[in-house]
Amino acid sequence: MSQLPDGRYVDDAPFDPEQSIRELERKDLDAPNWVLIWRKFKTHRLGLISGAFLLFCYLMLPFVGFIAPYGPNERHSEHLYSPPQSINLFHEGEFLGPFIYPMTSEANMETFQWEFKPDYENPMRLKFFCEGKSYRIAGLIEADTHLFCPPQADVPVFLWGSDRLGRDVFSRILYGAQLSLTVGLIGITVSFVLGIFFGSVAGYFGGKIDWVINRVIEILRSLPELPLWLALSAAVPSNWSPVAVFFIISVILGILDWPGLARSVRAKFLSLREEEYVRAAEMMGATSGRVIRKHLLPNFMSHLIASATLSIPAMILGETALSFLGLGLRAPAVSWGVMLNDAQNLANIEIYWWTAIPMLPIVVVVLAFNFLGDGLRDSLDPYQQ
Amino acid sequence: MEILRYAIYRFGTMVLTLWVVSVLVFVIINLPPGDYLSNQIAELRASGQTAGVEKAEFLRREYALDKPLWQQYFIWVGFLPGPHGFSGLIQGNFGWSFEFDRPVAEIVGDSLWLTVLVNLAAVLFVYLVALPLGVLAAARSRTWVDYTSAFVGYLGLATPNFLLALILFYYGHRWFDLPIGGLMDPIYEGEPMSWDKVKSILIHLIVPTFVIGTSGASAMMQRLRANMLDELGKPYVETAIAKGMAPSRMLAKYPLRVAFNPFVADIGNLLPSMVSGSVLVSVVLGLQTIGPDLLQALKSQDMFLSAFILMFVALLTLIGTMISDVLLVLLDPRIRYEGRDA
Repeated sequence: MSQLPDGRYVDDAPFDPEQSIRELERKDLDAPNWVLIWRKFKTHRLGLISGAFLLFCYLMLPFVGFIAPYGPNERHSEHLYSPPQSINLFHEGEFLGPFIYPMTSEANMETFQWEFKPDYENPMRLKFFCEGKSYRIAGLIEADTHLFCPPQADVPVFLWGSDRLGRDVFSRILYGAQLSLTVGLIGITVSFVLGIFFGSVAGYFGGKIDWVINRVIEILRSLPELPLWLALSAAVPSNWSPVAVFFIISVILGILDWPGLARSVRAKFLSLREEEYVRAAEMMGATSGRVIRKHLLPNFMSHLIASATLSIPAMILGETALSFLGLGLRAPAVSWGVMLNDAQNLANIEIYWWTAIPMLPIVVVVLAFNFLGDGLRDSLDPYQQ
Repeated sequence: MEILRYAIYRFGTMVLTLWVVSVLVFVIINLPPGDYLSNQIAELRASGQTAGVEKAEFLRREYALDKPLWQQYFIWVGFLPGPHGFSGLIQGNFGWSFEFDRPVAEIVGDSLWLTVLVNLAAVLFVYLVALPLGVLAAARSRTWVDYTSAFVGYLGLATPNFLLALILFYYGHRWFDLPIGGLMDPIYEGEPMSWDKVKSILIHLIVPTFVIGTSGASAMMQRLRANMLDELGKPYVETAIAKGMAPSRMLAKYPLRVAFNPFVADIGNLLPSMVSGSVLVSVVLGLQTIGPDLLQALKSQDMFLSAFILMFVALLTLIGTMISDVLLVLLDPRIRYEGRDA
């Protein structure tokens, strides 16, 4: 510390006015890749919202039993095709808290249908955190507390109506999410493993192997997927348990999806193979497996994840289509496609429009995956302006 | 002349691919344990109908189902003589449908042409919709035109085909009085072609075309828009504008021609998914294409019928892809005529 003639104190340490700016710049350059990706991804509003929404959906999956008032196959034989009910707060200008108007049913002797009418005289409060049918959290812990329950045992609450057998559509959609959302994940894992394996082998070794794998990719890509899916699912023995069918269907979806991924992996490998660091690693005696795993794959893993995100929707739609046609998941299992199987009939949809509600979550989830994938893809290269 | 050579080369690869596909299809068809006849024999035995068993056994021998699998394959394709000499796919014999007890060719018959027709209409739809919308979205990017088309495009991608089919069907009938179900008025079925029949088919085609084409059209539109935007930023566009060229003429003359390339090439990628879509939509809408036949045949393990339909569907996409490849070479002088590896 020294004193200047005008009385100010100045630090003796050398001072570089540029340093603080440079530090900031370095900080950006030295930041790990994911920080940069995250920073860029945050600006992609739609992708961010979609990502948060999907995260919420997947986190909810183990706890659907808690949120759903009924079990997936619980039947109310007195309330077939009951229309959706709304939860109200005010009754004749008076605050009552969340309540419903119970449905009264009446047989119409002209159309031979049950007609349901809300009984506006008689509001009934919903119960919260109440005991109901027991379920398992994540398939392990048994519990019987539900978020909300019907006011009385004989006054059911159907937020989104009930179906042909008097099952609650709302609860079934929640349970259906468990299968419909995971089908894509399992399928993409299969396709990921196959795609990376064949793509990297083809791209790294080149030559004859490359030629063969390339032809296989071309052939598989030129075939229409759905008929093959149909043929493969028709081959699943009908006496298998729903869980086994579910797994095999997701694997089938994955098996036909890998060529696209393998192709992009191969293209990346072809260009990266010539880089100096790859040659350096090879000269130091790294095995081909190590070069592929440690030096090449990390380079474009993020890119692969983005393209995987974009192909999950195709699998969700695939499962829906298969189940819809009756070749996918089967009855005791609940998925969105299985539920839509009931809505196959046009006349049915016209009268009981709420049986087609499962298409909403499908559209929303597929859109969310598309937006998320777009956002990821745009933000993957943080150094690009 | 070189284009001819390329076309022949491309045709050769198509035939080869088709051969591999035939192996694949045959394997998939034979994956489920048992076959239609052995199931039937078991069932007949259980119910004690010996006469039926004899007939089924006869059919088994007739169609070489008692031979090992690899021989069955060669007989089916027509490389090896069956019980009645060479009569496989190559010789134009498509096999026998056990469930309907008629030759496969007779069952599929008309529906083959209707399948081609439906898919052709869908491809045309994709081009007619995607081209103007894509160009418009790029030229007016970041305006409401762009956002609306992007929104509709995303919805088109995200809505499952069969749902779209049901919805359009319902509202098409309600608001525009479009006919429900089928590809023609029932009175024209089995009738010879006439002007009225053509008109009836055209009206029935509206909804299916729309449904099958929508997702393809929206994918194509987004592709074209991205390509156009890349081109629009280039100096030659600026030059053209600076020289006072009319915007629409400028768009059509320069950037569109460059951006058009992937547009043609993409149909090869789109076609498989569109043919898939047409199978599904046909089942939902009850069109007389091979879609419902395929589903039925797969469910009852009617192996020759389902194998033939799978082969036909594959052939359809392969031909489409080949045509798009050859067209691409014709359109773009920059593409080399040799195979992709050269």
